[in-house]
Amino acid sequence: MSAQTLNAPPVISVAHALPDLISAVKPRRGVVGFLRRHPTVGLGGALLLLMLLVALLAPYLGTVDPTALAPARRTRAPSADFWFGTDMLGRDIYSRVLYGARVSLTVGFSVAALASAVGLGIGLISGFMRWVDFILQRVMDGVMSIPPILLAIALMALTRGSVGSVIAAITIPEIPRVSRLVRSVVLSLREQPFVDAAIVAGTRTPTIILRHILPNTLAPMTVQATYICASAMILEAILSFIGAGIPPTIPSWGNIMAEGRALWQVKPFIVFFPALFLSVTVLAVNLLGDGLRDVLDPRLSKNP
Amino acid sequence: MLAYAVRRIVATIPVMGVVAFFVFSLLYIAPGDPAAVIAGDQATPADVERIRQSLGLDRPFLVRFGEWVWQILHGDLGTSIFTNLPVSTMIAQRFEPTLSLMAITLCFAISVAIPMGVLAAWKAGTWIDRLIMAFAVFGFSVPVFVVGYLLAYIFALELEWLPVQGYTPLSHGLWPWFANLILPAVALGFVYIALIARITRASMLEVLQQDYIRTARAKGIGQRDILFVHALKNASVPIVTVIGIGVALLIGGAVVTESVFAIPGLGRLTIDAILRRDYPLIQGLVLLFSFVYVLVNLGIDILYTLLDPRIRY
Repeated sequence: MSAQTLNAPPVISVAHALPDLISAVKPRRGVVGFLRRHPTVGLGGALLLLMLLVALLAPYLGTVDPTALAPARRTRAPSADFWFGTDMLGRDIYSRVLYGARVSLTVGFSVAALASAVGLGIGLISGFMRWVDFILQRVMDGVMSIPPILLAIALMALTRGSVGSVIAAITIPEIPRVSRLVRSVVLSLREQPFVDAAIVAGTRTPTIILRHILPNTLAPMTVQATYICASAMILEAILSFIGAGIPPTIPSWGNIMAEGRALWQVKPFIVFFPALFLSVTVLAVNLLGDGLRDVLDPRLSKNP
Repeated sequence: MLAYAVRRIVATIPVMGVVAFFVFSLLYIAPGDPAAVIAGDQATPADVERIRQSLGLDRPFLVRFGEWVWQILHGDLGTSIFTNLPVSTMIAQRFEPTLSLMAITLCFAISVAIPMGVLAAWKAGTWIDRLIMAFAVFGFSVPVFVVGYLLAYIFALELEWLPVQGYTPLSHGLWPWFANLILPAVALGFVYIALIARITRASMLEVLQQDYIRTARAKGIGQRDILFVHALKNASVPIVTVIGIGVALLIGGAVVTESVFAIPGLGRLTIDAILRRDYPLIQGLVLLFSFVYVLVNLGIDILYTLLDPRIRY
């Protein structure tokens, strides 16, 4: 917009436009620009998307029935027919690994969503109701004092193994971390002038929570949820690996590795492929989490 | 100092109480009949009834909880369903390997991670920093048993430098004991190193921007003394905190590592306990590990006042 087009009254003098001494720095906008500035989000997101596609399209990617037994061709090394080889019951490892992606991603996403939802609820209550807070925080202290893997193991010992019980057993140890985070955000927001203003204006507490507090917890919660997703996938694999997780009839990365355990010195490929997929997937989620933290909380980006 | 220490010690009692209550009540809040689940699918009704009685599930919750806590305070963790041995005896038999593994891992991880974090902070923004941070993300992403198998495959099977699996008690000599624990300790330390290195870097970056670091530099103090004497000491509180929190990772990781390397320790005992659904043993182990974890963090809380005399609660 040039100065001449302004309909300024004659008494106001309008400055001339500055000459273009410095060429304008134009940060690239849109998706491409965003990804260029935050390569970890791009890399992590792309890898995770790839895994999601693998999980969804598992039946169409040249797989066979992942549970089909074929004792005649046990523990074959990787070849053109069996890309990742076969396990000790003759099942195709390539198919099992691809179907295994479904279990890992389901567990990871479900735990992240459930732990966030429950933790958010507890955190909001803690932040707003002081007398409940005292009791809740003591309970959270207790739960946090039990190492997560052990708590999950103790929970799994009491239930019949299923995908649902694994999700529950991994979610419970993660809840205190979310609730602590939400609680601390709520406590610091409560001191902010805009919350005081809302209270003075007569806004009811539920509305304050919904309109003023909740939106501000979303950014740190999203970052936390990605990390929970990553650690949940590792925990699921660990539980299945030690025989306390997903029932052995369902192919999951942890289960494939558990079955390959006895033979790993002679047939390392049985353990290798699920381990590779698991590591890459968890790496993708962690990269996404690190990237999101830099995007959503620029204050932290300097010292990750 | 002493009053603070006493206050911190007293404050851990309710935490342990909550842990005990939680571990105990799991039996009651579990869906279905825990006695039937623990007994397994092949159990007869008589077996289920026997387990129900031995767990005290036939008596009121609070009465049973009171008795249980009373027993624990007297050092009695109950009796294993599977072996009929006292849980405390079973734990005592398996204590040494786990303690050895954790001690070596802790020493190894701290002595590798802190220099790594300091180096990354010093060279912040350069390729060295990026390499170390990339390693840290990697460390968080690869599960401990994958690292374990990889190390065992390379250093034990291919190169044959170290034993593949197993454990030799310390009484059989220092080197055989140590050689068996090198690979497990490195595998277990992997994620711990990533955690400590990251926090060390972040904490050091903050301290290195302080005025007194500039003053130290202006006085002509060498780079190494600035980093390790002036900066690291002031950066130590978050680092020590994360070392304490990370002990939970170490305990969980030990369960898996012992299974990969066939070490007959408490982790292996935990896995056996869960596969046999030996609930009194699981309760005892969870309680013991939580107690150790709380104790470590209590020690660290008290250590703060030594590291940073400004901290007074």
